[in-house]
Amino acid sequence: MDKVLEQITDVLTNPRMHAEFLDGIWETVYATVAATAAACLLGLLLGILLVVGEKDGVRPLPAPVMKVLNFVINVLRSVPFLILMLMVLPLSKVLVGTRVGTIASIPPLIIAAAPFVARLVESTLREVDKGVLEAAQAMGCSPFQIVWKVILPESLPALIAAATTSFITILSYGAMAGAIGGGGLGKIAINYGYNKYNYGVMLVSVVLIVILVQLIQSIGTHLALRLDRRVRLAEKKGRLREIQKKERTARRRPGI
Amino acid sequence: MIELRQLSKTFPTSEGSFDALKDVNLTISDGDIFGVVGMSGAGKSTLVRCINLLERPSSGQVLIDGQDMTALAPKQLRQMRRSIGMIFQQFNLLMQRTCLKNICFPMEIAGMDAAQARQKGMQLLEIVGLPDKAGAYPVQLSGGQKQRIAIARALASDPKVLLCDEATSALDPTTTRSILRLIQDINRRMGITVVIITHEMAVVEEICSHVAILDHGRVMETGTVEEVFQNPQTEAGRRLVYPDGVRLDQLSAANVVRIAFNGGSSYEPLIASLAIDCGVKVNILGADTRNVNGQAFGTMLLGLPQDGTEAAKALAYLRAQPDVTVEEVPDYHG
Repeated sequence: MDKVLEQITDVLTNPRMHAEFLDGIWETVYATVAATAAACLLGLLLGILLVVGEKDGVRPLPAPVMKVLNFVINVLRSVPFLILMLMVLPLSKVLVGTRVGTIASIPPLIIAAAPFVARLVESTLREVDKGVLEAAQAMGCSPFQIVWKVILPESLPALIAAATTSFITILSYGAMAGAIGGGGLGKIAINYGYNKYNYGVMLVSVVLIVILVQLIQSIGTHLALRLDRRVRLAEKKGRLREIQKKERTARRRPGI
Repeated sequence: MIELRQLSKTFPTSEGSFDALKDVNLTISDGDIFGVVGMSGAGKSTLVRCINLLERPSSGQVLIDGQDMTALAPKQLRQMRRSIGMIFQQFNLLMQRTCLKNICFPMEIAGMDAAQARQKGMQLLEIVGLPDKAGAYPVQLSGGQKQRIAIARALASDPKVLLCDEATSALDPTTTRSILRLIQDINRRMGITVVIITHEMAVVEEICSHVAILDHGRVMETGTVEEVFQNPQTEAGRRLVYPDGVRLDQLSAANVVRIAFNGGSSYEPLIASLAIDCGVKVNILGADTRNVNGQAFGTMLLGLPQDGTEAAKALAYLRAQPDVTVEEVPDYHG
């Protein structure tokens, strides 16, 4: 125990460790933000396709197309992240020119997270009231207008909540990537904690990751709540708890 | 004018197919307030959704001002739908938009200039009586207010037709009345044809000029409200017009007549004077009066005496009365 305290003191006082942690935080934030942005964009598109293209959707797509789409998403969702990352690393080499480091971990993160985001988006968009879609159709909306002016704006708060969940999932994926050459806080924790038995450093890394998660979670939840016009002000507290609970269950899934 | 010709709609189900509409023929003239009534499951909603093709009929034609809706390409259909407003039981407002923006939505879709749309939206808010709710979100409104916003939204594209799919079924009686008044007002002021789907006869009585009775996907009766209410010709019609009028199976009488009061005459003295003048005792099996468009209508089921001559005497006496129609009921289940 004393040793751990000593290690923590070292982290807090040693300028070299400071620099290392600052780098780590930066790498984690930057890889996560980049991967989340790309995965959300990709996932949003896929999610829209999944909802709009189904048989009773706004703009049904041929059944084989939907089958393939669903199959691919399910397959990508079922491959454990570490293995997926190893499989995708050659692609990273092609795309960003390297197999190691923070940048190399971004393409696998996107590929692993996009199907997850797609399913999140799918379930979010399905919650838009069918009656509202019908009303929009009755008013002469085109399928594109229904997506752009009805489905997306109506589910905006829930989409922000989904993006928050995605960010946190990708952050934890990114930490795992530290085990096989990715950068960031995950790498620091594994290098020091696992390889050098420096539990103090590992502990500090974990605390930093937890702080990051909490920060993003609060920002996301409050933003979602603020943009939610479906609840009255007085009910917002109850709604907040509801969103938080939903996000916790969304994250609790096999593979992480 | 809306014409439905041989309209049928079949839904596939796990146990074969279900005919929601069977060979429906209806003509709705411009300026009518046309009620379509029926029990739940009679196919009313399917019928109204076939008019703007939210539901594509399995066969038959939907003609609006002579234009066959079923023959339109998607783009033309969207254009056509803009001339048909629709309101719903659950209001179906966009929850993330303010009331004003909800009303502006159809204009936005049609590509109208935003400032112009805003101005028109404010006028419509005025018409539906909620000028102070422009910046409110739907969640802050009561059911009646939501329906008013929905009506304003439906009117935003200057429709020729307003379809109301159980528009008052989620509202309390007082609110229902005020919404119906608003619809009536819009019909009169703007000359918009209104089609009202409802399971409540009270709604039809309140504002409709014409009515069609739908049962098991078929139109059983159609005509002016006065005609149909005075003298429903079919079992389905009677069931709707007199929902708890008579428990037919409990009574036994051989000579049953239905008398209808066509406004004006008060009928209480009639039965009394029948008894006094003819000395005939009749049995009142059921009675119902209704107020249709300001006129009083009533109907009564009378059981005449078993004795043939007495019955004939009573019948002759009744037939001689002004403003009273008498009809024998041969299919009375005694």
